[in-house]
Amino acid sequence: MAPVIELEGLGVRFWQRNILQDLRCTLSGRAIGLLGPNGAGKSTLINTLLGFYPVASGTARVYGYDIRTQTKQIRSLTGYMPEIDCFIAHMTAVSFIRMMGELSGLPSSAALERAHEVLFYVGLGEARYRKLGTYSLGMRQLAKLAQAIVHGPKLVILDEPTNGLDPPARQRMIRLIHEMRDSRELQILLCSHLLRDVEETCDEVLILKAGRQVHYANLEEERRTNKRFLELETAGEDAGFAEAVENLGCACALTSGRRMKVVLPESFVMRDLYRLAEERNVQIRRMNYRRDSLEDIFLKAMENANGRS
Amino acid sequence: MAVHKRSYRGYAGQLTPLWSRCLIVTRYAFKNVFQWKLLTSFFSACFIFPLTCAVGIYVNHNLRLVATLGVRAFFDVDAGFFFHFLRVQGSLAFILTALVGPGLVSPDLANNALPLYFCRPLSRAAYVVGKMLVLVSLLSLITWVPALLLFLLQSTLAGASWMWANLWLAPNIFLGSAIEILVFSMLALALSAWIKRKLAAGAALLAVFFFGAGFGEAANAVMGTHKGDFLNLGGLIHAVQAQLFRQPWRSAISGGSAWMTLLAVSGFCLWLLARKVRAYEVVRG
Repeated sequence: MAPVIELEGLGVRFWQRNILQDLRCTLSGRAIGLLGPNGAGKSTLINTLLGFYPVASGTARVYGYDIRTQTKQIRSLTGYMPEIDCFIAHMTAVSFIRMMGELSGLPSSAALERAHEVLFYVGLGEARYRKLGTYSLGMRQLAKLAQAIVHGPKLVILDEPTNGLDPPARQRMIRLIHEMRDSRELQILLCSHLLRDVEETCDEVLILKAGRQVHYANLEEERRTNKRFLELETAGEDAGFAEAVENLGCACALTSGRRMKVVLPESFVMRDLYRLAEERNVQIRRMNYRRDSLEDIFLKAMENANGRS
Repeated sequence: MAVHKRSYRGYAGQLTPLWSRCLIVTRYAFKNVFQWKLLTSFFSACFIFPLTCAVGIYVNHNLRLVATLGVRAFFDVDAGFFFHFLRVQGSLAFILTALVGPGLVSPDLANNALPLYFCRPLSRAAYVVGKMLVLVSLLSLITWVPALLLFLLQSTLAGASWMWANLWLAPNIFLGSAIEILVFSMLALALSAWIKRKLAAGAALLAVFFFGAGFGEAANAVMGTHKGDFLNLGGLIHAVQAQLFRQPWRSAISGGSAWMTLLAVSGFCLWLLARKVRAYEVVRG
């Protein structure tokens, strides 16, 4: 897939303070997650890509357009949902979205048609003639999403889209992001400090900490190649049990007397393990079955970053 | 696609040219301005004086009516007439600026809406031009446009000899109004950007003109100088117009100094706007 964002030693500095330092990465997923703790520089990176902040060193490209010199082209191709609460209180949702569509280049009639469509799409169809100032927080988040997609951008940048949403509203937002991603009409850059949001929607993730890139992961690939772990606690005559498990194609490590960690191959069938335990008269007292989650990846990245600093 | 089909689809239609985007800002700002009935009424009232003048000019040339009333003419249409016409309309233009100007940028700043404008292919300059066009067009419609129409009416009725003798007035009508419109618009937009509350921005605009004039007078009286006149923006505008229309003016400030001061004020306002009209402000920390 063609790269969406290419970071080439990107650095941003405000008053002698480095906010972003030497970011180097190529991102090309359908949904790209930008993860990091608060103050990591996620929003600064987004704002720099959109040309809001000046670049101090290096550069970046969005769909091949340089952020230093081709911001207009980049802005034509992107839709942006900011983190902050922003709207025009005295306007109705439909006229607000229409205006945003027109500012993105849609002719007036097309903008009106698209405004109605996207408001229905995000679930604000019935409230589209209400003034934005009367909307609840959840509705305003949806209106912000609507203005970001009204012009049919190639890349939509969502900055903390689930901030302040209750669980049903969050679910609705995540569902919309899923649908947009699966429509294959656009690519998504999702910036969040919530691992769950990124894990549920993204196939690629860039982790930042203190303005530095600490990890890049292709989640799809990680999910495919992640080894599956089993933690077993056994009782009974288990001499040679570990060896027998290894003969099934697993990698085995005894952590204490009766506990072992087993790395399972893709083709492993759990029934074989039960059969083996029965044959050897071994009781399986406890069995934890898990994959490496994004949380593990994130925590490892944070630990590595701490180790480096 | 019907609106009830709730699925996402991209847009592959025509796009409008980049240069026209600032006019969209203007159009929506106009729509908002004329939602206020008081303002619409006031704007309509601003045409009463030009219409009265037009009727006066027509009557001036209605020989039968003039003979019936036993007068030579109701008034002379010359440089003095246009100078006073612009002073009257200028006062109305100031009130209109105070009503419209503060509501142009401040709501966008108060609602944090600027990132939504600037994440699109719309530059900060285009945004300011778009907002400024609202004031420029409204103020033009009540200042130099009716003045030039009166000039044309008088030329038509008085004949070519009058027109050729007074042709120098036409560009000066435009110039005198243009500097006034520029100063009013820039000041209103800058104050609207710096003071996020609409009412406070309106009050600040009045204060700049009236307190500035009062403070300048006080400074003149206390220090025995005329430098205080530089703080009187209204006086400076009138000094420029008096010079353009070759009218006597009591201020000690020359036309050239008044021009320079007004252009400097406009430049300062532009700098203020450049500081404030941004997607995000970077706070020094």
